[in-house]
Amino acid sequence: MTEPKDYESIPGTYVYDGARGRVGYALNMFCMSLNKAENRARFKADPEGFLDGFKLSPEQRRAVLARDWLGMLRVGGNIYYTIKIAFCDGLTFQDVAGMMSGVSKETYVQMMLAGGRSPEGNRFKSAAAAQTPGGPGPADLAAKESANG
Amino acid sequence: MAKIVAGIACSHVPAIGVAMDRGTTGTPYWEPLFKGYAPAREWLAELKPDVAIVVYNDHANALSLELIPTFLLGVAGEFPIADEGFGPRPVPLVKGHPELAWHLAESLILDEFDMTIANEMPVDHGLTVPLSVTCGQPAQWPFPVIPLCVNVVQYPPPTGARCFKLGQAIRRAVERFDQDLKVVIYGTGGMSHQLQGERAGLINRSFDTAFMDGLTRDPVALTRLSHTEYMREAGSEGVELVMWHVMRGALADDATEVYRHYHVPASNTAAALLILENGRAT
Repeated sequence: MTEPKDYESIPGTYVYDGARGRVGYALNMFCMSLNKAENRARFKADPEGFLDGFKLSPEQRRAVLARDWLGMLRVGGNIYYTIKIAFCDGLTFQDVAGMMSGVSKETYVQMMLAGGRSPEGNRFKSAAAAQTPGGPGPADLAAKESANG
Repeated sequence: MAKIVAGIACSHVPAIGVAMDRGTTGTPYWEPLFKGYAPAREWLAELKPDVAIVVYNDHANALSLELIPTFLLGVAGEFPIADEGFGPRPVPLVKGHPELAWHLAESLILDEFDMTIANEMPVDHGLTVPLSVTCGQPAQWPFPVIPLCVNVVQYPPPTGARCFKLGQAIRRAVERFDQDLKVVIYGTGGMSHQLQGERAGLINRSFDTAFMDGLTRDPVALTRLSHTEYMREAGSEGVELVMWHVMRGALADDATEVYRHYHVPASNTAAALLILENGRAT
C-alpha cells in the first residue's frame, strides 16, 4: 500500500516529491536553463519566444510570465529552480519569500529581524490541532517516533 | 594513517557569500553574524588541516532534475565555481584531492554505500559559502577539498540515520588511507528555514538549539527524526540538517563541541557554525 504523505498536513508548503516532479519537470528544466548567461539574455529579450522551446503547460506558462511565484509551486515548480527566474529579474530570495507569504517586502524583512515566522500555529493545516506549548524538541520527537515504531 | 580530527557544521546561505563578495559584512545587518565567525577562522588557521571533506547539497547548478544522485563524490583535481543564475562567485577555484577521493569512493562502495562518482562538477554556494565563512577571502583555498554532494532538492533526501552511517563509513575509510593526513569534515546547510510557500520565513530557535545540543549529547537519537518532523519543525528546507549527520557520524562517539555561533536572520535562515573536535573528551 502506498504510504500516506504525512507532510501534506504542513500548511503553506509544497514538498517536491515524485507527484510534483512528474508535472514540474519541464517547468524546472526551463528554470535551469537560466544558469547560462546567453539564455538569460534570450529570455529577457523575448520571454514568450524563449518559453516556446520548453514543453510547459498553459498554466505553467501563465505563472512564469505573470511571475506568480506561488502559482509556479502549485504546478510543479521547485523553489530551487523557480528562484532562477527571480535572479534573472534581479530579485533576491527574500523578495520572493515575502511575495509568496503575501506580505510587503518591508513587513517580511521586519518579521525575519524579529526572529522569523514562529512555528506556533504553523505546524498543521488545522492550526488548532496538535499544538503543544513551546513545541516538542528533536529529542522528544525522536523518542515519539521510535515509540511509534 | 589519515585521521579525521574535527567536524564543522555550517549553514550555507547564499546571501552570506554575497555579503562577503560585495564587502558588506560590516553593516549593522551582517556584523553580528560575521563577528561570530572570527574565532572559527582563527581555530581553523591554527589547525591547518591537510584536506577537507565538505558535505553539502547542490542547488540546481551542477545537477538538474535529469540525474539525481543521492550521494555524489567529487574525485576531480579541480572543481570550477558554478554560475547559479547571476554569474559565478568571485572565489578561488576549488582544488580536489583525487587520491583520497578515489580511495573514499572505492572504500565506501565496497562498504555497501553506492556512491555516484563525479569526474567533472562545478560547485555552488552550498560548498563555497562554508569555505568563505571559515577561511575568509584568501587568493587560494588553504587546503584541498573533497565535495560530497547529497540530494535534498528532490524528495526524499536520504534519512538522517543513513547519513550518519555514511559518516561512520567515511571515518573507517579515512583511517585506512596510508598517508599521514589531518582531515576535517564539514556538514553544511540548515538550520531552520523555509524558502517556499505561504509559510516562508519559518524559524524555530528551540528546535535548532536542541538539535545543536543533541549533536554531542545523543547524536544517534537525533538520527531518528523523520523528514516530516524536520519540515514541520525546522521548515521545508530545514531538512538539509540530515547532512550534519554525515559529519557527526564521521567523528568519534565522544567528540566534544568547542565552538558554537547561532544567529537569526541570515536572509531567510537561522545560521549556525559549530565546531566539534575528536580527542578532547576528558
